[in-house]
Amino acid sequence: MIFLAEWWDVRDLGNAVGELLEWLGDHGPDWLPYTASALVGAITIVVFLLVSLLVFAWLERRLIGRIQARRGPNRVGPWGAFQSIADAIKFVTKEAITSANADRWVFWLAPILVVVPALVVFAVMPFNEGMILADLNVGVLFLVAVGSVTAIPIFMAGWSSNNKFSLMGAMREVAMLISYEIPLVLALLGVVIFTNTMRMNGIVGWQDEHNTWLIFLQPLAVLIYFIAGAVEINRTPTDIAEAESEIVAGYHTEYSGVKFGMFWLAEYFAGFAIAAIIATLYLGGWTLWGLEEWVPGWMIFLVKLYGLFWFFIWMRGTLPRLRIDQLMGFAWKALLPLALINIFFAGLEVLLWQENDLAAEAVLPGFAIANLVLAVVLIVAWAQLLGRGRPQYRPTRARLVKELGAVVYGEEA
Amino acid sequence: MEDVGSIVAFWVLSVVTVGAALMVVAVRNLIHAVLFLILSFIGVAGLYITLSADFVAITQILIYAGAISVLILFAVMLTPRAARDNAETFLQLPGLVLAALVGVTVGAIALVTDWNEATRGPFSETAAAIGEALLDKYVLPFEIASVILLAAMVGAIVLVRED
Repeated sequence: MIFLAEWWDVRDLGNAVGELLEWLGDHGPDWLPYTASALVGAITIVVFLLVSLLVFAWLERRLIGRIQARRGPNRVGPWGAFQSIADAIKFVTKEAITSANADRWVFWLAPILVVVPALVVFAVMPFNEGMILADLNVGVLFLVAVGSVTAIPIFMAGWSSNNKFSLMGAMREVAMLISYEIPLVLALLGVVIFTNTMRMNGIVGWQDEHNTWLIFLQPLAVLIYFIAGAVEINRTPTDIAEAESEIVAGYHTEYSGVKFGMFWLAEYFAGFAIAAIIATLYLGGWTLWGLEEWVPGWMIFLVKLYGLFWFFIWMRGTLPRLRIDQLMGFAWKALLPLALINIFFAGLEVLLWQENDLAAEAVLPGFAIANLVLAVVLIVAWAQLLGRGRPQYRPTRARLVKELGAVVYGEEA
Repeated sequence: MEDVGSIVAFWVLSVVTVGAALMVVAVRNLIHAVLFLILSFIGVAGLYITLSADFVAITQILIYAGAISVLILFAVMLTPRAARDNAETFLQLPGLVLAALVGVTVGAIALVTDWNEATRGPFSETAAAIGEALLDKYVLPFEIASVILLAAMVGAIVLVRED
């Protein structure tokens, strides 16, 4: 890259921050650069997310309006563009009610904690080569770990509300997260097998070096990750945790005002996080086959991120909500075996490649075609297989309940 | 432990971990106890980070804060009348004795051990080393653990199978 590492190079704002930190290190105490980098990174991430939120909260409603042949918000400002600001003012000024029998501390803590995982994910997201808050060498594992704790604040919210609908929503969310965690992790594992690193910048660098995107090498994994990610962020086709036609509003039934606003915010942040993960791991992050020499890498990254988020909006506008048993069955019966088979073939291919010292240019296109064929064959086969299973109309009791029913529930078995 | 940052981090994390662990036994509400347990797990993960054990720290969060705690929450939710009160129990005395024994053992070992204070070398990646150790030197325990887990999973499926 020409002009690399000059502080005024807008293609990588990390250079300017790096210069600033170096200057602070020379002219201040030891701890100052660390504190400053943490502050700069955190503030940048929060501002970026809030601005994206302001735009997309309005854009999503306009787009869904268009998909559903209606107008959407069009009264506040030109084309209704200030609708999000009006909504924000409404959230802040409304009374945040705490119901009388709620568990006050947990009820108060849950909406704050629920935002944390989605924010923390962006700490390891490379916006450009230097624009990354913490380039952990266990970056992918960090994403998985952070994703696994998202269930806890939601469970806290549902339980502390002391409302049966809230509790049902929370239990659904936790059950769903446990089920979809596994295909999600297995889909990410394919990336690590190919790139041989868990560092986020390393994965982007691998895709840049081989002039390919992992979406071509792992088409099935991308599909699995996209579905599982859509479930994790709890948006409409899969939002059984807050299905308003079944359980009022799920885990945030009792929340109002700014506390509800936090849940709404966290949902968007998590959506951006999933889109950012897919963009980085599977779509080459801030690289675009040499275009990053001319266009700032963070712009390429943002275009990919917003494009993927647009897919989530599209899904929300067109697909009906799934039933809870369909959603759980899909995770265990379809996504999990497909992800396992995908991992097996990914491992086999990399073994073949490394053991025989083959040239990357020679084998990668072959792997891409093989994996695409594999994905199509597996999806068709599984659709056939599961399509043959008859839906069960006479649910019977599990054997454990039959044997132990009298012991546990104090009734005749 | 030469720089101020890691000393401050160590003490803050220790206070959080031990304080949360104390609250687990002190609070009456079982769900609160589980939430404090999660805080304690996260504190331990922080301590691992101060020891440069990045992989273990992240795994601690993934397994303990993410999976084990959810398992405990499920267990609490599925047990009738368990969620509301952490009542008196006849196991109080045996529990205290056991806790005292464990405490004495750990304390004795800490006092007896000849501690070698290692200076912190350059930070090295641990994930690859752990992976190689698991599939090379310790492959037998690793495989045994996976077979046991598989057996447990099959057992669970057999128990809840509809027939």
